[in-house]
Amino acid sequence: MTTTPYVAARRNFTWIEKFFQINWLFVLLITIIASIGFAMQYSMAGGHFFPWAAPQMIRFAVGLVILAGVSLVDIRVWLALAYPAYLVSFLLLIAVEMIGHVGLGAQRWIEIGPIQIQPSELMKIALVLALARYLHGLALEEVSKPQKLIVALVMIAAPAVLVLKEPNLGTATILFADGFSLLFLAGLSWWWILPSFAGIIAAVPVAWHFLHDYQKRRVMTFLNPESDALGAGWNITQAKIAIGSGGLTGKGFIQGTQSRLNFLPEKNTDFAISALGEEFGFVGCITLLALFAVVIGFGIRTAMSSRSQFGRLVAIGITLNFFFYIMINAAMVMGLIPVVGIPMPLISYGGTAMLTVMFGFGILMSVHVHRLVELPRSSGGIV
Amino acid sequence: MPLFDRKDKSRYAAFTRRTLLAGGAVGAVLGALGVRLYQLQILEGDQFRTKAEENSVSARLVAPLRGRILDRFGVELASNRRNYRVLIVPEQALGGVDAALDMIGRIILLTDRDRARILRDIADNKKFVPSTVAENLSWEEFSRVNLHLPYLSGIQPDVGETRDYPFGDELCHVLGYVAAVSAKDEEADSNPVLELPGFRIGKRGIEKSFDLDLRGTAGVSRVEVNAYGRVIRELSHDPGTPGDDVWLTLDQDLQKFVVQRLAGESCACAVMDVATGDVLALVSTPAYDPNLFNVGITPPQWRALLEDDHRPLIDKALAGLYPPGSTFKPAVALSALDAGAITPDFSVNCTGSLAFGNHIFHCWQKHGHGHISLHRGIAQSCDVYFYNVARRLGIDGLEAGAHKLGLGNHTGIEIPGERAGVIPGRAWKEKTYGVKWLEGETLNAGIGQGYVLVTPLQLCTMAARIASGKTVSPRIVRVLGRDAQQRPDIEKLQFSDDALAAVQSGMNAVTNEPMGTAFRWRIPNPGFEMAGKTGTAQVRKISEAEHLAGVIKNDKLPWKLRDHALFIAYAPVSNPRYAAAIVQEHGAIESHPHVQMVRDILLYVQQRDPLKRAAAWPVSAASLVSTVPHA
Repeated sequence: MTTTPYVAARRNFTWIEKFFQINWLFVLLITIIASIGFAMQYSMAGGHFFPWAAPQMIRFAVGLVILAGVSLVDIRVWLALAYPAYLVSFLLLIAVEMIGHVGLGAQRWIEIGPIQIQPSELMKIALVLALARYLHGLALEEVSKPQKLIVALVMIAAPAVLVLKEPNLGTATILFADGFSLLFLAGLSWWWILPSFAGIIAAVPVAWHFLHDYQKRRVMTFLNPESDALGAGWNITQAKIAIGSGGLTGKGFIQGTQSRLNFLPEKNTDFAISALGEEFGFVGCITLLALFAVVIGFGIRTAMSSRSQFGRLVAIGITLNFFFYIMINAAMVMGLIPVVGIPMPLISYGGTAMLTVMFGFGILMSVHVHRLVELPRSSGGIV
Repeated sequence: MPLFDRKDKSRYAAFTRRTLLAGGAVGAVLGALGVRLYQLQILEGDQFRTKAEENSVSARLVAPLRGRILDRFGVELASNRRNYRVLIVPEQALGGVDAALDMIGRIILLTDRDRARILRDIADNKKFVPSTVAENLSWEEFSRVNLHLPYLSGIQPDVGETRDYPFGDELCHVLGYVAAVSAKDEEADSNPVLELPGFRIGKRGIEKSFDLDLRGTAGVSRVEVNAYGRVIRELSHDPGTPGDDVWLTLDQDLQKFVVQRLAGESCACAVMDVATGDVLALVSTPAYDPNLFNVGITPPQWRALLEDDHRPLIDKALAGLYPPGSTFKPAVALSALDAGAITPDFSVNCTGSLAFGNHIFHCWQKHGHGHISLHRGIAQSCDVYFYNVARRLGIDGLEAGAHKLGLGNHTGIEIPGERAGVIPGRAWKEKTYGVKWLEGETLNAGIGQGYVLVTPLQLCTMAARIASGKTVSPRIVRVLGRDAQQRPDIEKLQFSDDALAAVQSGMNAVTNEPMGTAFRWRIPNPGFEMAGKTGTAQVRKISEAEHLAGVIKNDKLPWKLRDHALFIAYAPVSNPRYAAAIVQEHGAIESHPHVQMVRDILLYVQQRDPLKRAAAWPVSAASLVSTVPHA
């Protein structure tokens, strides 16, 4: 573990010091990944910056500024903002429930002036912050106490159920996954974990009844895509054809027929990496996965090097959130799980997702910059 | 590590353990994704590549260029010309399809029927598929459309290929025509090229009989299509193999001359090379413009063709059946001489009629020819003489002899629709009517009446065989693609030389001896003389009373009731080269216009022979027609 003696002794740093504490190699890494995304957006437009590549680049540039800005904010500020952010996100989720627009058959957006806000995206970060703060205040043995645990569970379930009702199965799944991962990493007793697993598996048939028709259909077509090759199975079948046809090295840049000729549904958003698989093949996909693995490795290292439980949990929470995106999106596109609307971070076209991811990386970087800051368990942080 | 919170130590230890565990899980998941990629891209890659190609590549047929039809000197008789078309692409019509059609309707003529068809076409197709608005536009119309193009959204000018018959009605019965593919055609021929929009196939004539050769082999254009079927780009283009050219034996100049010479009459005429059987001209008048069928014939035009009493739709040269009348007499004479039924000296006293059984057979010469032998019998076409010859020969000998001369058989010419005609015989009558042959019918057959029916082309074949003494058959296709067409072997005709010489001499007398029936219309030019045989075929029954009172002259009868006029000839008399036959429906009038036609045609064709140019100089076709005195 690397520590720099002279900053280790201090609790406050100048802005300049902090700025140089940002891991610029990491910034370079995510820029490379995002550039792969630009290339794919450029290719899918038939070799044009519009309509996708250029806006995506601008968003990423904005995202970089946000990342840098957020990473300079003291970790104690994030500690202090954790609960308010959670509360605001939660209220926005309720607002979406009441006044949300119907988009893509689901209520996910609210508009504030010219800006469309997807509260479920905000909630992913807010939940990680709030839960990390809550767990930060608990000693190891307290985590498994029922009266403490129940609060954490409510914090997870309340927003997740709201998101599920939107309905947005993908994001709800990620919220649950984020929350339970943090409980696990905070040291929740195996006596809780193992029986819960058994319970979840037993509950699957019951949950089936609560799924929407379109969700059931997605599951059914996933299990047998050929049954409806031109209907709902189209997505899975075409995505698999796109990836598979890439072979070892792909068809070449802007040579993918599946994506360019619109055989791929939502090619530039959720299915963007199928275009990568088609044009750059196995080599391209493995390269991307490796880059993602390095990002995740950095997140884990950052978490391990933080001197505060809050910092550790926030870092690992954001890292795993990022990982869940990748896992669900990749597995969906490769036909391993049913189609759920989860984008590939940094690659898929979309503003909210890009900015959310960059904001998350900002907080991760803030943990990195402030890794030596120690926070008492009872700390409320500073604003 | 000095920690501010001692209790944090156990939390940190637990966190580290669990994080390593989670990190392992993350690694496992990423590894699993990698394995899945390996499965999809490496193991099953080929399979998916095929599927991707099936998705995006669509092969489309490209209509091959139809082969040309050329005359013996390479003049294009049927070719492909540019077809100026206007198409509409519905999705590009910004103001809507109706507005676009209104606009184009101000520039070129669009009937309500056209509009209905266009709208139906558009409704049947996707929005980006062009529909034809109008085709076969004149250059002027096409230019007008192009000029106004900036204001015509959704309108696309386009140049295609279409069949063209530059000589129009001069060749319609030989060439036939191409027309749109019917549902029946598609049933008969499963070639997918037939389903191409605008594809044409041969419906008649050479276009029909050589359709497969002319058609060529369709090419394939491999195009990339997107998920909606829109063509994005062409990947490869194989234009296919153009159809073979068909070279005919026809001489278009002669054909044109014959057509002009026959103008206005209901006629059929064939001109053949007696040595090879090459058909040099084959004309049936009146005719129609085959281009009409390609472009689309209108109902009034079609009705007019159907209702014309000169029957322009019938190819009379091949499908017109006529009693040969006296033109049959050389066949009778040749058969009888060869069979030994008569000698050239066989003589008969013609009194104007012959009683046989309970029937009187009349001669055309009411007062008779007196004592008459073969030479004069042919020259003056004495019916009574040939009643006697036929009686001596018998129907069996007559039937065999006529067949040897090519009568009553398909000649085998490469044009569809040829009819065989009838040379009657005992078996034929038994089969057709179920009754026995009567001797009196032999007499009738002896002057080419009764059951005998032949085509003008068969008559021409007969003339050529008599002239050459060889079994020539008419052939009209010389070369197909690069290969000379196989011809039936030409052998010596199975008639004795003496018999042939006697008949040839008789036919020479018809035109070149003053007593001959066609002497007035002979070719006077030395070295160009023709030999021939006139004929008349009754189309009405002449009663015994009329025979007594005097047969009404054809000139005084309405057109429909006049006899058909026939003439066969060959030229030059010595060492013959060309044979011709003509049938002029209801044309038997005193001035024998049909004989004059053949005379002019045979002279014209001989003058075209390069070997004879010098001798013929300075006589030209045009001057000749007017200089030969008309009787």
